[in-house]
Amino acid sequence: MALDAAQGSRLAGLLGDHAEQIVKRWADSVAVSLRGRLSQAELQSQVRELHRALLVALEGDGRELHAESAGELRAVLSELSRSRARRGFTATETAVSVFALKDIVLETMSAGGGAEQNLRDFVAYSALIDQLGLFTFESYAKAREELIADQAEQLLELSTPVVKLWEGVVAVPLVGTLDSARAQVVMERLLQTLVDTGSPYAIIDITGVPAVDTQVAQHILKTVVAARLMGADCIISGIRPQIAQTIVALGIEFGDIATKASLADALRHVLKLTGVDAARRNARRES
Amino acid sequence: MTAGLGLGRPQTQAIVGDEDVVRVRQLVRTVAVAAKLSLVDQTKLVTAASELARNTLVYGGGGQVEVTTVDNGRRQGVRIVFTDSGPGIPDLELALTDGYTTGGGLGLGLSGARRLVDEFDIQTAVGQGTRITVTKWSR
Ligand SMILES: Nc1ncnc2c1ncn2[C@@H]1O[C@H](COP(=O)(O)OP(=O)(O)OP(=O)(O)O)[C@@H](O)[C@H]1O
Ligand SMILES: [Mg+2]
Repeated sequence: MALDAAQGSRLAGLLGDHAEQIVKRWADSVAVSLRGRLSQAELQSQVRELHRALLVALEGDGRELHAESAGELRAVLSELSRSRARRGFTATETAVSVFALKDIVLETMSAGGGAEQNLRDFVAYSALIDQLGLFTFESYAKAREELIADQAEQLLELSTPVVKLWEGVVAVPLVGTLDSARAQVVMERLLQTLVDTGSPYAIIDITGVPAVDTQVAQHILKTVVAARLMGADCIISGIRPQIAQTIVALGIEFGDIATKASLADALRHVLKLTGVDAARRNARRES
Repeated sequence: MTAGLGLGRPQTQAIVGDEDVVRVRQLVRTVAVAAKLSLVDQTKLVTAASELARNTLVYGGGGQVEVTTVDNGRRQGVRIVFTDSGPGIPDLELALTDGYTTGGGLGLGLSGARRLVDEFDIQTAVGQGTRITVTKWSR
């Protein structure tokens, strides 16, 4: 598909003979397209590495990107894409670093003469460089997806704190979408905190949840049942009027679970309960 | 198409993964705000859309949703169409019964969604798929 053997060795010769000049012109050309957002030294070393890996591939059987001897070339391209993705460059800006080689090769070739063979060679070299460029697109997209997944996971961690509100009272303020993954995290955190603090009360605050559907409701109900099994009572707070009406229309029943409009109401409710408990205990001691 | 019913440009969203259910909710919320639905009606419609989108994903094996603003000359509203090419619903009356579930849910999604909207229509055929159209009008 890409190069025949003779073309492969001619390209290797070209890249090898004019190595210094090619690396320099290549780095300069990429620098222009990235408008100085990477240092010249860093660009030079990236381009030099690409150049070296490409030579290694061509000197082996690597006239196609998936060839055995092109392994290092693939690794260098992936690493380039990953680092560009992490530093906020676009996929185009990443691929351009590779495509720039075309102009440099064309320049170097036209300086040599031999028009007809050159044309055929250049078309073949172009196809190879296209392969390399497209490969960076794929690696770039993959790197971005990983980044996003990482961030989503971090968000997952960040947005489910369990706080101790009062002696014997912990609270989980839920913000955003309560999907199955987050619900699992919330439940585990809450149960662990109940164990760690020995709290008999937990307040689940849903002020920051934009919509309570059957899935969210089911996750909350499961959490409440699990907490109960551990001897803790849950109160659901932050039920805004529009959410209350929607829950009723959906037909969701929270049974005997206490629900309050605000976190403050929930805390007051718990303190009243514990106050009664304490008073009872005191009363018993006195009698 | 019904005469005198003004339609906006439909916006579509494919439903292939969990994150698409979130996208459907956000899309419906945006359109509902633009159609000047009240906060309560927005929340009801978004919740109904969440239920139907998840059913499309879980039981329909994925599909797509189309959200359009509609105008009947007196009121503005939002119409949402959910389409899948899944197994279809063999017994519609049963599926619309509160508490009926084949998937370990609460069994309130379909029946609840019907109560949350103003118009609700299901076309379903076993082995061919399901198409649910809901509309909510501004008050
Ligand atoms: N698009 C669909 N294609 C095929 N079957 C469906 C579809 N939507 C719903 N059903 C069937 O109807 C039943 C009832 O749906 P419903 O949404 O009310 O309950 P559920 O999804 O099981 O639980 P949940 O309360 O969490 O929504 C489902 O269990 C399923 O068998
Ligand atoms: Mg459902």
